[in-house]
Order: sequence, then structure tokens, then C-alpha cells
Amino acid sequence: MRLKKTKLLAALVLAVSGIHTSLAVAQMDSGEMQMQGGSAPANARDPHAYSDGFTLTTGPYAQEGLRQLKLADEHAFWAVLGNRFEYQQDSKTTLYDFQAWYGTTYDRLVIKAEGDVSGGSLEESSTDLLWGHALNAYFDTQLGVRADQYSEGTDRQWLAMGVQGLASYWFELDITAYVGDSGRTALAAEAEYELRLTQRLILQPRAELNLYGKDDGDNGLGSGLSDLALGVRLRYEFNRQFAPYIGVEWTNTYGDTADYRRAAGEDRTNTQFVAGLRFWF
Amino acid sequence: MPPSFPHPKQLARRRFVQGLAAGGVLAATPAWIRAAVANKTRLGAAPVLSGRVIDLVIAETPVNFTGVTRMATTINGSIPGPTLRLREGDEVTIRVNNRLAESTSIHWHGILLPYQMDGVPGISFNGIAPGETFVYRFTLRQSGTYWYHSHSGFQEMTGMYGALIIEPRSGERHPADQDHVVQLSDWTDEDPMHAFSKLKVQSDIYNFSQPTFFEFTRDVSSMGLQAALEKRQMWNQMRMNPTDLADLSAATFTYLMNGTAPANNWTGLYNKGDRVRLRFINAASNSFFDVRIPGLKMTVIQSDGQDVEPISIDEFRFGPGETYDVLVEPNDDAYTLFAQSMERSGYALGTLATRQGLSASIPALDPVEWLTMTDMMGAMSHQGMNQKGMDHSAMSMGNMDMGGMDHSNMHGGMAMDHSQHSGQSMPGMNQATRSPLAKPSSTVRHARTEYGPSVDQRVNTPRTTLDDPGIGLRDLSEKGLRPQGHRVLTLADLKSIDGVLDDQREPVRELELHLTGNMERYSWSFDGLEFGKSTPVSLRHNERVRIILQNDTMMTHPMHLHGMWSELETDQGELRVRRHTIPVQPAQRISYLTTPHDLGRWAWHCHLLFHMDAGMFREVVVS
Repeated sequence: MRLKKTKLLAALVLAVSGIHTSLAVAQMDSGEMQMQGGSAPANARDPHAYSDGFTLTTGPYAQEGLRQLKLADEHAFWAVLGNRFEYQQDSKTTLYDFQAWYGTTYDRLVIKAEGDVSGGSLEESSTDLLWGHALNAYFDTQLGVRADQYSEGTDRQWLAMGVQGLASYWFELDITAYVGDSGRTALAAEAEYELRLTQRLILQPRAELNLYGKDDGDNGLGSGLSDLALGVRLRYEFNRQFAPYIGVEWTNTYGDTADYRRAAGEDRTNTQFVAGLRFWF
Repeated sequence: MPPSFPHPKQLARRRFVQGLAAGGVLAATPAWIRAAVANKTRLGAAPVLSGRVIDLVIAETPVNFTGVTRMATTINGSIPGPTLRLREGDEVTIRVNNRLAESTSIHWHGILLPYQMDGVPGISFNGIAPGETFVYRFTLRQSGTYWYHSHSGFQEMTGMYGALIIEPRSGERHPADQDHVVQLSDWTDEDPMHAFSKLKVQSDIYNFSQPTFFEFTRDVSSMGLQAALEKRQMWNQMRMNPTDLADLSAATFTYLMNGTAPANNWTGLYNKGDRVRLRFINAASNSFFDVRIPGLKMTVIQSDGQDVEPISIDEFRFGPGETYDVLVEPNDDAYTLFAQSMERSGYALGTLATRQGLSASIPALDPVEWLTMTDMMGAMSHQGMNQKGMDHSAMSMGNMDMGGMDHSNMHGGMAMDHSQHSGQSMPGMNQATRSPLAKPSSTVRHARTEYGPSVDQRVNTPRTTLDDPGIGLRDLSEKGLRPQGHRVLTLADLKSIDGVLDDQREPVRELELHLTGNMERYSWSFDGLEFGKSTPVSLRHNERVRIILQNDTMMTHPMHLHGMWSELETDQGELRVRRHTIPVQPAQRISYLTTPHDLGRWAWHCHLLFHMDAGMFREVVVS
């Protein structure tokens, strides 16, 4: 048991360090000949060198008044992405996992909302409100707050800090660290991959895990690795924005979380079929 | 007539791609529009307006290309707008009345004129407010085939474009018996801004030619696991899509020839034995077309309105903004004008025939070809590495081993040039003693703003040759896609005729800018700076200046510089051809000279409308 936990933690450390490496590689300056990321060498060209000090609004022949020509780089866009909206057969719950954003290419207000609805009431939910800021070509940093709500338990609030983006080999990553009151800490990590079987049929493996810094008996969460979920979902994209799916998800709890589960008469491990809809607009 | 090649194949004839047979601008146009149209509208051809005073009315008009009625933005109620036939040397007055609920504008693409007449809102003027009439007045200092379009928002994409033909004072160099404008465009039923915002969320939303798992398994069985993995390794590591050939496709577009969907078959007529001039204009918002007429050789006589030494070809590619005039001599009854889009999702189609109602066989769309290492990193892939055999391990993203590149040579060469700088070039001087600006610099200098979130890749070993027809057009005969001897036009084939490139001065300085982007974020820019963050490029009046454009993306960008010519040169500094829109291929570094004769502020941008609007746009100040 102990050994298994150690192995899992080791795997986790590896996963996180892998992510770090991926980020670091993108950040690292390993010489001028790198094709992606890196930092500008000292002798890099000045992109304003040809301006003679003129700007879009000053200098000869500039239009009077405020600058009229604004292109999409100065527009704000928005999107709502329903990554998972599904019925879980075994637990008879409906799960939602949405993300919405509003903003520009490099700075966005991000809302992440996830929760379980069972018997017509919201059992538990977790909502992040974040400022997303571009870190490099493929990753955003995210900074903000999270509110956890439990129908049976104690609500928690956290400060959130994380990264989200696309790693090499097309892995979608979302990793956030949290600091709560009374010295509580948590780490949530998600990874997804899209295996395109055909132009419209897509198999999506997904992994999610949660760690906590200390026990939270009220909410049945133990310190260390609390839970790990591995799922695979097969969706058909009627169009890119509307795709029903079926899947299977395996969830396992560890350490004290598993003990809390057992004490509550629940299984520590659970495998269930899911059916849902992926959409965005 | 040789048999058309390859044999026609029945395509999935979706309405979207083919369009609706009865489509086009709806007949029920208001009376005032009909009143504004001087000539009678002919099927599939724009009305022709000529003279020194022209009236244009911009309004919303219902259209139906796909079975769904949508509002288009039209000029005098037709798509394309009227063909303007003007005369070189004339001072023309063009009154543009705006009957839209929003501001509009018209830009005269490729025309030299005072900057206030150039029609770019926010740069040359304030735009034309709803209800207002703006009077354009300028003297035509050139001749040839050009076009005009809105430069406001996405109005060009919803129908605001037309041909502009300026007849030379001295008469046509190549008189023809028939003269047809062939204007290609792309139509979407979507609101263009909605399409753009979708790309902002998922940039591959219109790409239905993506690599798939089953394609991978087929490769494994045909080339083995190792090779199949290697073929994908670099793309996957770099998060780049090898089929990212266009941002939009027939998933949303219906491609039009003279405002006519393929199902409606625009037809240009001739009599047997005629010499027929076809004025091809790419008026599409976001689509490159590969044009051919199976069974007919085309002789290119003009590009971007400027006469070139005639060259006989079978096919050419052109991007939004470019024009090619060709001569053909058809002897059969009917030929298909076939223009497949670069990403091979659809085509615009028409027929050249001796009478209405005829058609010839329609070629199949070519298969989608993956981008190559040449498109990703340029010249490096030529150095003894072929596609399949290349050693990826030595070229991974983070630690590209460039030890083999001889940089000392480049720098050494430059240094030597500097030491012998004579200040002027003399004919007959050999390469070593010419001034350093005799040929374009080959040293890659990335801007410091290319290392941030706006840029997903940089090219360190660009290719500088002009003779690549581009992805999907290479070695077609060898691949069995075209007959033997099939010739595809490249930039290297184009040579302005004597007297066109009149300014033989060497450039006094050299500007280097890179074309950049981030496909995942759907952002496009120069030097990693979108328009809103950029500063103008300042040029001095009448100076001879060299512009080097290096494409650090994997897409071809048709770069259009307003207000002055772009005079393309080889990497050896030999002037070749005068253009107003120059396509820069992936990982290519090209250069052109210009002499800004007209003062003012000018636009300079990628003519893929979405790239322009995303920020691949600079202002140029001539003072």
C-alpha cells in the first residue's frame, strides 16, 4: 500500500517535471538557431528601427484625432467551451466541466466551472475565476481565485496560480496550484490528448489528479495524492462545435481520501460509463 | 486536342462546394440600383463602365449562392462589381455613394495615386460615412489589369470587389480577338467576423484534411513503423500541422468565378481560331487558387498589370490581390477553366466555349500534400537531406545542430563587401567588388519581438530561390497528376519587359522584416508585432530602398504594398519583375526594391484578409 502510494507520487513528480521540462524547453535559450521559444539575443533586431520615431498617430501625414484603424488584434473575443457535459451511469450524476473566456490574444478573463448534479441538486462544484496571460507561444499563466462548494461539507476558497496550454506532441495541459485558509494547499492537474481516428471521429484520453497539503475531514479529502481519474471518450464531431460522445472513466482514491470513502461506505475505486456532449460557441 | 488529364472523377457534389445553379445576386434589386447600372447585366459577367466619370453605389443586396439567402455588400448591385474600363492618362472622377448602415471605402489595388485617394480608412482618409458620397479623383499613370475592393472591415469578403482595366495609350502590346475578365473569389454564408472569431477559438476548425490515426497505420504498413513515426515526429514535437495550407476552406466557402458558383458554369465565348486574352484576378478574401485549362497552353503576358516577357505555361498559382493576364488559342469547342483552392477542398470553375451551354470534362481535385521540411525550415532541408531519410534526432526543436552551416562564409563575404565599398555600382564590375547593397543580405536577423507569445516558429535557414511552384504543385508530372512536360509558373519565370523597371539605381539601404504568426492563438504579424503594437516604416521620398521579407510561418502570404511598386529581385540582386502583390512562400526570404514617388501614408499588408485583420499589417510613411 505504502509502496503503491510512493510509486504514484513518483509518477506524479515525473509528470510534473515533464511538464516543467516542456515549458522550460520552450523558454530556454539554447542558442540562436532554435526555431521555437527562447529569448532574444542581445543583438536581435529592433522592430521599431525603421520608424524614424513616427507612430501610428504622430509624424507626417498622420490622420487627425484618435486612431481610427483598429484591427482584430485590438478586439476582444469570447468563447464558451463545454469540454465535458455528461451523465455518469454508475453514480447517476450529471457532470459539467466548462471553460469560458473573454479577452484578447494575450490577456483573458477565464472562468472554469466544474460540478456534479445529482437528484436535481448541485452536490459539489468548483469554480475558478482567473486572469490568463500569455507566457509563451503555447502557454498562458493563470492567476485568480477558486471557490469550492459542497452540499454536504464545508465550502472552501482558494487563491489559484497555474499554467494552461498545449505541450509538445499536442498534449493539452492545465495545472493549477492553490493556497487556501489555515495553510491549506492543493494541486490540480489535467492532461488531454486528441487521437483523430478520422476527420470527425476522435478518441480523447484524459487524466486528472488532485493533491492536497493537509487532511480535510469535512470534505472527505486526505493529504497527498487524493484522487486520480483516467478516462477515454469517443466523440463524433457533427461539426467542430457539436460532438456527442461516449466513454469510460476510472477513478481511484488514495491515502486518507480512500479511508474517508471506505468509512462512508463507498468504494475507493470506481469505473463507470459516461455519455455526454462536447460543444463550444 | 489532347485528352484532358487526369480523367474526371465524380466528386461529392455538395451544395456548398458547387453552389446553387440558380444562385447569384437576386433579380429583385431595387430600382435605384438598376438605375445606377449603366450597362445591362449579363449572366456571369459584371457590367462594364467606362469614361472619365463613374458612379458607384455601395449597398446591401440579397444573394443566394448555396440555397440560403444572405445579404452581400455590393457595388452597383452586382458581384463582382462593375468592370471599370479606363484609359491611361485620363483624369478620372469616381463618385462612391454609401447606402450601407456602416462606413465603407474603395481601394484601387495596384494603382499609383495621391495617398488621399488610396481608400484605406484611418490611413488615407476617414472612410465614407453612411449616406455620404466620396469623390475619388486621380490621373491614371499606368495601364494594365487591376482591381478594386473595399478596405473596410470584411466588406470585400461579402462581395465588394470589381475589375479595373486601364487601356494603354499606345495600344495593346498583344492585341486579342476576345478579352475576358476572370475574377475568382470565395463566398461564405457565415458572417465573416463570426468565422474569424471561430478561428480565434480553434484555428483548425475549417481543416478537414488533418492527419489521422488510420493514415498513420497505413503509413506504418507501407513504410514501416520507424519511418511513419519519423514522418510525424517534428510536426508533433513542434505542435505544427502539416496540412495547415489555408485557414478557411470549402467547409465554409463556395468558390466563385466571375460571381458564379461552379454549378452555374460561367462561360467565356470565342470563335475558333481566336486569340483570347484572359485577365485573371484573384479577388478572394482568403484563398489561393491553382489555375489551369486542361488542353490549352497559356502564355502569360502580364502580371499585376505590368507586361512581362511572354512565357508559355500550363498552370499557375496566385493569391488574393495578384493578377495574371494570359493568351490562349483554343481550337476545340469547349475547355474547362479549373481553379482549385490551394488546400484542395474545392474549386472555382468555368468554361471557355464557342457557344453557351457547352462544357468540357472537369478534373478531379488533387490529393492534399503535406508541407515539407523545405516549407518548415527552408534551405537547410536541401543540404543532403531528403524528406524521409532526414535525421530528426539531430534537428530537434530545442537543440538544433547547425554546426554544418557555414556562417563564417556569409559574414566574411559581407565584411569583404564593406571594406571595398565604393558607394556606387559600375556595370561590368564583378561580384566581389560591387557595393554591399548590390545584392540582398543573406544574414537572418530576427526581431527581438519574435521571441514572445506572438510567434510560434522562426526560420533560421531560409530559402532564397524563386523557382519553387510551392506545395501541391511540385513535380506533378512525376507524381502522375499531370501530363509529362506540364509546366507550372514560378516567380523565377517572370521578367518585366524592357523599360518597365526604369529605376536602375542601387538601393541606398535595406530594410528587413519577417512575416510571423501563431497559428494556435490565430495571430498574424510582422516581426511578431501586430498592427496595434507596431510603428510605421518610414521611407524617404524618391529614395531607392530594398525591402527584405522573410517568411517565418508555414503559410504563403501575398504581400501587398500600397502606393509604390514592389520590384522583385533575385537573391543575387538582379531585378526581375514589377509587382504590387508578392507571394512569399513558407520559409522563403525574398527581396524587392521600391522607389516611393508619392508622399503620404500607405498600407502594407498580407492580402489574406484574415491575416491582415489579425495584424499582419504595417503603415508606411513616405516623407
